[in-house]
Amino acid sequence: MIMLKKLISVRETLLLGVVVSLALLIATRFPGFIAPGNLANVFNDTSPLIILALGQMIVIVARCIDLSVAANLALTGMIVAMLNTMMPGLPVVVTLTIAVAIGAFLGAINGIFVWKLEIPPIVVTLGTMTIFRGVIFLISDGKWVNAHEMSESFTSFPRMELLGLPALSWIAVLVAIAIWLLVTRTPMGRSFYAAGGNPHAAVYTGIDVGKTQFFAFVISGALAGLTGYLWVARYAVAYVDIAGGFELEVVAACVIGGISIAGGIGTVAGAILGALFLGVIKNALPVINVSPFWQLAISGAAIVVAVTLNARANKTKGRVILKNAEHAQ
Amino acid sequence: MQKTESLSEATPILSLSGVSKVFPGVRALDQVKLDLYPGQVTALIGENGAGKSTVVKVLTGIYQPEEGEIQLDGVSTTFPTAHHASDAGITAIHQETVLFDDLSVAENIFIGHAPRTRFGLIDTNRMQAKAQTLLDGIGAEIDPSVRLRDLGIANKHMVAIARALSIDARVVIMDEPTAALSHKEIGELYELVEQLKSQGKAILFISHKFDEIFEIADRFTVFRDGQFVSDGKLADTNESELVKMMVGRSVDQIFPKRKNAAGEQVFQVTGYAHPTEFDDINFSLRQGEILGFYGLVGAGRSELMQSLIGITTPSKGVCKIEDEIVIIRSPADAISNGLVYVPEDRGKQGAVIGLPIFQNVTLPSLGQTSHRGFLRMAEEFKLAREYTRRLDLRAAALDQDVGELSGGNQQKVVIAKWLATQPKVIILDEPTKGIDIGSKAAVHEFMSDLAAQGLSVIMVSSEIPEIMGMSDRAIVMREGRIVAELEGKDLTPETLVRHAAGIKET
Repeated sequence: MIMLKKLISVRETLLLGVVVSLALLIATRFPGFIAPGNLANVFNDTSPLIILALGQMIVIVARCIDLSVAANLALTGMIVAMLNTMMPGLPVVVTLTIAVAIGAFLGAINGIFVWKLEIPPIVVTLGTMTIFRGVIFLISDGKWVNAHEMSESFTSFPRMELLGLPALSWIAVLVAIAIWLLVTRTPMGRSFYAAGGNPHAAVYTGIDVGKTQFFAFVISGALAGLTGYLWVARYAVAYVDIAGGFELEVVAACVIGGISIAGGIGTVAGAILGALFLGVIKNALPVINVSPFWQLAISGAAIVVAVTLNARANKTKGRVILKNAEHAQ
Repeated sequence: MQKTESLSEATPILSLSGVSKVFPGVRALDQVKLDLYPGQVTALIGENGAGKSTVVKVLTGIYQPEEGEIQLDGVSTTFPTAHHASDAGITAIHQETVLFDDLSVAENIFIGHAPRTRFGLIDTNRMQAKAQTLLDGIGAEIDPSVRLRDLGIANKHMVAIARALSIDARVVIMDEPTAALSHKEIGELYELVEQLKSQGKAILFISHKFDEIFEIADRFTVFRDGQFVSDGKLADTNESELVKMMVGRSVDQIFPKRKNAAGEQVFQVTGYAHPTEFDDINFSLRQGEILGFYGLVGAGRSELMQSLIGITTPSKGVCKIEDEIVIIRSPADAISNGLVYVPEDRGKQGAVIGLPIFQNVTLPSLGQTSHRGFLRMAEEFKLAREYTRRLDLRAAALDQDVGELSGGNQQKVVIAKWLATQPKVIILDEPTKGIDIGSKAAVHEFMSDLAAQGLSVIMVSSEIPEIMGMSDRAIVMREGRIVAELEGKDLTPETLVRHAAGIKET
């Protein structure tokens, strides 16, 4: 009962309604848009954003932010691509494991700075974002790794179909389930909410806030690494600037999905719907002949509306606290 | 009134009469009067909760009284906003200075009323010069161009005072100005107060320390439970009389304390010390006992408790629970050893707003409600239901957001959270601070129940009636040390205040 209520809370229902009506609206101009095959394409296309938004959600819920996800993705992608050119026979499972491990390691670097040195996350990840991009340049000499240098098994994995959906989509689904289990059903998941919602109180309940945030960065990093391989393999190219600026789209998906930048509030459904909202807009506008510039304006407007709604929700909360403060002498 | 008194003394600059301020469930001020005379220091004396801070907020226009009259120079007036009060020449210097760390000294002094050039821009040169004049005037050797952050606390106070003078203050309110000052700095503050007096300003001095009051004040006003008790000249009274006025009331009827036969010793602290916060702490606690910790704000009680549960590390000392030496390095260690701490600032340190009630309750008990790394929702509900029911929590549902509850009910959630860990010793830091009388009674009732069921309670409180009414035994701390352990007929309001304030027996 409770889980059901959680899954379809007011905010997520509203967002789901918006995404569905957006798709229907587009269907009035271009009926093919809501054909199952096309919807599956849209989902597949949005999968990298969904995976990254789920990691970012945990980081934001723990009252941090990870701006280095796109750079992490690009660096991990470059490393696995170069590895593939050197060892074309490496099984995909090994490549996946390496990608996740590298991503987690890069995330752990962020986490260590936040945990042990208590540097604000925005500063740490702004720094590592630039460093990661710089490292790609160093290891690749600024050269591209092109499709013909990659092995067939490396590039074909994300497109491998199972029950009508490509592996990329299936991975997004699996990640969503795993993250949902993690945040709703494990003590660690609960500690993200406690550490982000009220860090002072969390300390007294025996939660190590810094360590909790460290793990949030490791998870976000691991998912960025995973996406790094999938991205490079799907587009069959790796270079310094892949997914440039994508971190902002990830944060935007979270904000639209009702994840509070102040920490402590956010759901898996919200992150997914936020990402899908952006995905639908991105895929629909070109088909109905709307200039891609509108896409930016619409995503921007959605962020402002989402933040306004969140701010209003927080306002009522603030008043309750103030009333208590008034009692105090 | 004597004929020889000067005219200026006969008419107060500022005078409150019959002033009341009501909050839901509490009369914070009830028909109080307060007169502030030019060139005199009036000490406002009262326990915590007597209404001192409320009266300061009324004087500075932050609160609007429901009843009564404020007279400025004999003319009735009101202060609908803080701005009106400051225009009337009333300024307050708070315990923690309300200044801006990253602005310069001159900017801090003139913020909001900086001298302007013809074009409406801030006239930096004139501001610096005026700031220098003001600082020289109070004998402070501070360069007005330095950043405030680079000054010590005493000099920050000087800046606050210069700011007070810059708006041509006639009434200066000092709310525990010495709380953070060293001995030498206090001396400098006294000189400054003398200077303000000689300039004919009226000063309201709020302090818990009697030696300071007798050193510096000319008159006194005593409040108790939001009511005016007495006022007059300090020369006509003494410490004992003031203490009696402060605490004089019968306390037994409002507290549900039952006498328990104290059981075995469960908790013992020996030789606890911290480099800067406390030293030489020894005490023990029996099963079913409520041990009160009394002291002035800043006596080191909360710091000691936080160290006991592993938030800070003591430099030495041994802690025993049920005859076993325990080493507590983190709150998680404390919880697993059966020692829990309910912090004072529940807004900040208590409930996690955004999580539902049941998840707040189970937060420290996640080990108990999870199985092979996964949480069991049904067990979480069971635990939460059991403990919130015992506390008579009023909530629509257990999955309601804790932020939607009233203060008293949030308090219950926080206490339920700790009880659910099944502790042996529970430390309650100011358990009823800032909650209404009805909830207070419920918390007291419950505390008695806990003790009767064999839980040992340490209650840190700054409210004398609470200490008197609830504790079996009370420890008084002053300046980081235990100065008294009181029990039975030795435990009286007078002895508590005496030891806490460091007054010698007369």
